[in-house]
Amino acid sequence: MLKEIRPAIVLLALFTLLLGLAYPLGMTRVAKTFFPHQAEGSLIVKNGTVIGSEIIGQTFTSEKYFHGRPSATTGTDDKGNSISLPNNAANSMGSNLGPTSKALMDRIKGDVDKLKAENPGAPVPVDMVTTSASGFDPDITPAAALFQVPRVAKARNLDPAKVQALVDQFTKPRTIGIIGEPTVNVLKLNMALDAGVTG
Amino acid sequence: MTANGLIQIAIFSVIILLVARPLGGYMTRVFKGDYVFLTPILRPIEVVFYKLAGVDEKDDQHWLRYGGAMLMFNLACFILLYAMLRLQGYLPFNPQGFGAVEPMLAFNTAISFVTNTNWQNYGGETTLSYFTQMAGLTVHNFVSAATGIALALAFIRGFSRASANGLGNFWVDLTRCSLYVLLPVSIVVGLFFIWQGMPQTLGAYVDATTIEGAHQSIAVGPVASQEVIKMFGTNGGGFFNANSAHPFENPNALTNLVQMVLIFAIGAALTNVFGRMVGNEWQGWALFGTMSILFLVGALVAYHFEAVGNPNIAALGVDQTTTAFQPGGNMEGKDVRFGIANSALFATVTTDASCGAIIAWHDSFTPLAGLVPLVNMELGEIIFGGVGSGLYGMLLFAVVAVFIAGLMVGRTPEYVGKKIEGYDVKMTALAIIILPFSTLGFTALASSLPFGVSSIANAGPHGFSEILYAFSSTTANNGSAFGGLTGNTPFYNITLGLAMAIGRFGMIVPMLAVAGSLARKKVVASSAGTFPTDGGLFVAILIAVIIIVGGLTYFPALSLGPIVEHFSMIHGTLY
Repeated sequence: MLKEIRPAIVLLALFTLLLGLAYPLGMTRVAKTFFPHQAEGSLIVKNGTVIGSEIIGQTFTSEKYFHGRPSATTGTDDKGNSISLPNNAANSMGSNLGPTSKALMDRIKGDVDKLKAENPGAPVPVDMVTTSASGFDPDITPAAALFQVPRVAKARNLDPAKVQALVDQFTKPRTIGIIGEPTVNVLKLNMALDAGVTG
Repeated sequence: MTANGLIQIAIFSVIILLVARPLGGYMTRVFKGDYVFLTPILRPIEVVFYKLAGVDEKDDQHWLRYGGAMLMFNLACFILLYAMLRLQGYLPFNPQGFGAVEPMLAFNTAISFVTNTNWQNYGGETTLSYFTQMAGLTVHNFVSAATGIALALAFIRGFSRASANGLGNFWVDLTRCSLYVLLPVSIVVGLFFIWQGMPQTLGAYVDATTIEGAHQSIAVGPVASQEVIKMFGTNGGGFFNANSAHPFENPNALTNLVQMVLIFAIGAALTNVFGRMVGNEWQGWALFGTMSILFLVGALVAYHFEAVGNPNIAALGVDQTTTAFQPGGNMEGKDVRFGIANSALFATVTTDASCGAIIAWHDSFTPLAGLVPLVNMELGEIIFGGVGSGLYGMLLFAVVAVFIAGLMVGRTPEYVGKKIEGYDVKMTALAIIILPFSTLGFTALASSLPFGVSSIANAGPHGFSEILYAFSSTTANNGSAFGGLTGNTPFYNITLGLAMAIGRFGMIVPMLAVAGSLARKKVVASSAGTFPTDGGLFVAILIAVIIIVGGLTYFPALSLGPIVEHFSMIHGTLY
């Protein structure tokens, strides 16, 4: 077996150079040339400030914005304690609560009560009350967007039909009509609302 | 379940069917040393590698030497990766200034990547520097995959060679696999991933000021170059904690489809390599068919139970129905762009193979949908399986299947021209029994010790499932988790690390012994009395053996976890 020491060490060193440095650094260089926007994280810059990434969800609390999905991500406070910090894109995680978890049902019940007060009578779409896998799902379902139309229209003094038309416009269908699920990107939709785009 | 969901599963299955034969043909040529279209570019590099390493290409290694070389290489990998994790504070490409990974976690992570498990006790974006991600994890994603494929090649040669002493050369198999198979695909698909929105940068995390004025730190990094080999080598260790659920690791439904295809591609192709090398491609298709049947059953079961959803959530007035505006179902721990069908399909694929990447948290699956990944791993990940390990795992079951068929008719069994004798069956049984020994043994230990139980996140039967899942996943070198379990404790870092090593090497050594024994035998011509192993009857017997030998072993444990939880859920019992 001692005869195998040299190839083990030499090949590992060569693989580290080729696959661990040349390959990723070369890919980084090519990415910078051909896909600079995606390579940096699909960032949205407004007046010189980065306001987020197109494909990373962020927190919206105001009534005049569409809200994203619940998030289970955490962060640390000034004293280093772990605290709830929704949509923390530097610490991705899910709730990991199981289907018979009392904590999960209690949380969902609280969210359902709030949403029912906001839009009485309408069924609450399941993605509005369940935490996402990444912790910052950029999307909601068309159902969740339509559920929020009355609130957003009222807060902005807009005709609900116009807001609904905007939602339709920002609904991304399945890829080639088959792959994936229809989505509404919350950040892009809210930016369009702020920009005064009408559907 | 919807028509669209079933069509998506069908599209994925057809792509795998179409990929298997061409990729199998290419890989066969590569491992035989024949000319392929990349030879002019790669052959000079390959020759330099051998020269510097002092490797003689023509040196044919006995199974003990082949195994010894493999173990020596893995030992070197482990030492280097452990050192890198401990020293990353002093190494370049560390814009976030991460310090040393603490010893227990470094031990666990190093074993994890060397054994192709990629269990995540670490959280990528909160623990690891870009240097560690590239020169550490990415490299081991390549070479641990190449190790598995090399071992499968050695096992295949046991069948395809007659009266031979050697099983090939480990260093040559390792190098050819990395250079000719893994690297070219990684470059091409990696660029596709970047185009679709995966970051590839060495810059620091981005500070954003959100529309509502809040601060949001966005982790980035050289993601795409690692992501592609993470899937293609069935490694599964995420760049980020949320793995392929993170939009940067899996931006849209199209990248998701490609990722799933990458997971199965090599496992499917190796069945064809096997067929070609033993001189009858139908022998490979019989294995492919067996795997496909088991895969489809798992995917449909998982999809069904996730689409039905959780009655306790419906009882709160939540709409879980499927409409044109939402996929409905159990959306806890899932992202909208993937929905139910893809999340269930991905969970099945990632555990059929030894990948372990996730796009949805298996811990939040409904109990019987969560049972599917558990069973897939406990069967030994032979359904296309880990690259290499899936094929040799399945071939071990094939040996048992012909042995049992031989017992029924009272004839010495044969498989693809080799007589299967006492020694072969004993070693096969040893390789197969090591997995339940580790999984169930460690689960029993952890369930009965206070520092095992204190890590569970969910009370009731689900907590037991978390422990069972952890040891099933690590023993089978999968790496996915019921993520609620806090694995980053001294007890779990050590026991999970041991389970990974036992599951990997404890199976490989007897497997190589079988290969060495088979290679020495003469080829017997098939006669009227030979049980044909390229037809439907063999597929049926093989499936029965897998379910009886692999499945029943775990039934009592599964009853205590997901099965009892299912009845709790439908009766509204919460914990």
